[in-house]
Amino acid sequence: MNDFPIDTIREDFPLLKAQVNKTRLVYFDNAATTQKPVQVIDTIDNLYRNQNSSIHRSVNYLSGKMTEAYEGARETVRRFVHANNSREIIFTAGATASINLVATSFGEAFIEEGDEVLVSAMEHHSNIVPWQLLCDRKKARLKVLPVNDIGELQMDQLPILLTERTRLIAVTQVSNAMGVINPVNEIIRQAHEKNIPVLIDGAQSIQHGQINVQEMDCDFYVFSGHKVYGPTGIGVLYGKEKWLEAMPPYQGGGDMIDRVSFSGTSFNVLPFKFEAGTTNYVGAIALGAALEYIEHIGLDHIDAYEIALNDYAGNALRSIPGIRIFGDSKMKHPIFSFLLENIHPYDAGMVLDKLGIAIRTGTHCAMPLMEHFGIDGTIRASMCFYNTKEEVDRFVEGINTVQEMFG
Amino acid sequence: MTIHERELEVIEEFSDLDEWMDKYNYLIEMGRDIPALDTTCKTDQYLIQGCQSRVWLQAEFQSGKINYSADSDAIITKGIAALLIRVLNESTPDEILNADLEFIDTIGLKEHLSPTRSNGLVSMLKQMRYYALAYKTKSSN
Repeated sequence: MNDFPIDTIREDFPLLKAQVNKTRLVYFDNAATTQKPVQVIDTIDNLYRNQNSSIHRSVNYLSGKMTEAYEGARETVRRFVHANNSREIIFTAGATASINLVATSFGEAFIEEGDEVLVSAMEHHSNIVPWQLLCDRKKARLKVLPVNDIGELQMDQLPILLTERTRLIAVTQVSNAMGVINPVNEIIRQAHEKNIPVLIDGAQSIQHGQINVQEMDCDFYVFSGHKVYGPTGIGVLYGKEKWLEAMPPYQGGGDMIDRVSFSGTSFNVLPFKFEAGTTNYVGAIALGAALEYIEHIGLDHIDAYEIALNDYAGNALRSIPGIRIFGDSKMKHPIFSFLLENIHPYDAGMVLDKLGIAIRTGTHCAMPLMEHFGIDGTIRASMCFYNTKEEVDRFVEGINTVQEMFG
Repeated sequence: MTIHERELEVIEEFSDLDEWMDKYNYLIEMGRDIPALDTTCKTDQYLIQGCQSRVWLQAEFQSGKINYSADSDAIITKGIAALLIRVLNESTPDEILNADLEFIDTIGLKEHLSPTRSNGLVSMLKQMRYYALAYKTKSSN
């Protein structure tokens, strides 16, 4: 933790210097969205100032430059997630859009009445509702892999839940509400033994370490740019080429077509088949800049620093009297979901906000998980590689203040 | 006392509280002092669901005047509900419908009545006005 260039890194993120309620901001809401380094902000600024032109279509110089940068960003994403080729990288509006794409397009081609889709009880609503809608359309069944008391998947239930009718598993790699890391490799192994494809929701894993979709052998992997220090409104769907080829187009429009006539339309090749309309090319290029930025810091370094921060924060929080931590698993990223005895999360959040500490309270878009624990919501503090031990200390002091005020 | 006079009274009380923590402590006190809503009233019928906190609101209409009672699972929300009740109770439906309630802004708690807070208070205020409108219609029939 000591040789990590934390001061230099924090200099890269202008918003970390912000004052909130007359005090230095402690930003612990990184699972909701991450702050952006100047490298990303400057990329966006530069593109709109000096290079803006629509990609793929025009013959002009700027369009050529922009297209080159956009396809360069696709290659950066490919390298970052270790995909086999860039045809397997589709730019979308975010993880939610990626999941909806698969639910609609894969669902159209491969899900029939009586089939089953398996999700877990800890999924974000974005990895539940698209499958519910699909199951409603197709008269298919949505099944749920349960979690245990400390928020880990009940893996012993998996073989029982995988049936001859299971057509897809959609599961998160890391719980957005608790930070628990799921054994996705094992899930994929068991699924593939039965020829069942697996979609991994990487919204909370992409920012915390190495992702290798080929080693993981997942069939789909989705993530959002804004959770990995990139801009909002851009995300990625990785899909194995064999699936993407077999899936029908999702949305129709420009760029995704080969030829259009009123007697019929033929579609463009991958990845463009799934990128209808003018894409968020500035977002994609800025996402590329974000990924390059964290590659430059080094994913292994980030991982090691975050493990140390997770241990430090975990120990500090566990020592607070009257705290109940949800998902206090050994396998987790520095996301902490907890309740303080006899204190409503909203009250705690209000006071922490006044102390300049940004956290989130509520159900974290994971109502079924809250239901599992029999609670209405939690306080969630989510950290990443630009956070510090000193900030954890201020957070713990803040919790002490909350307890004094409401105790 | 009119609604406006009660608003001025609250503004006066808050004028001594410079720091946010003093304001919050005062709200917590008020939230604790408000008579608890009977558990039989803490049902879905009276529930106003916010994403962050929940509010239960009940109203009674006697001798031309409305009296509200409320509860919340969050104490700060409950404190602000208590403030609104204190200012609005013992008023006619017309007085309530005409109240601008700018005192919330004056005492620096406007953020709590923002729809983005999703704490149930905006809906509670709306529901208070609905009650007033309903009683007004009822009494004029």
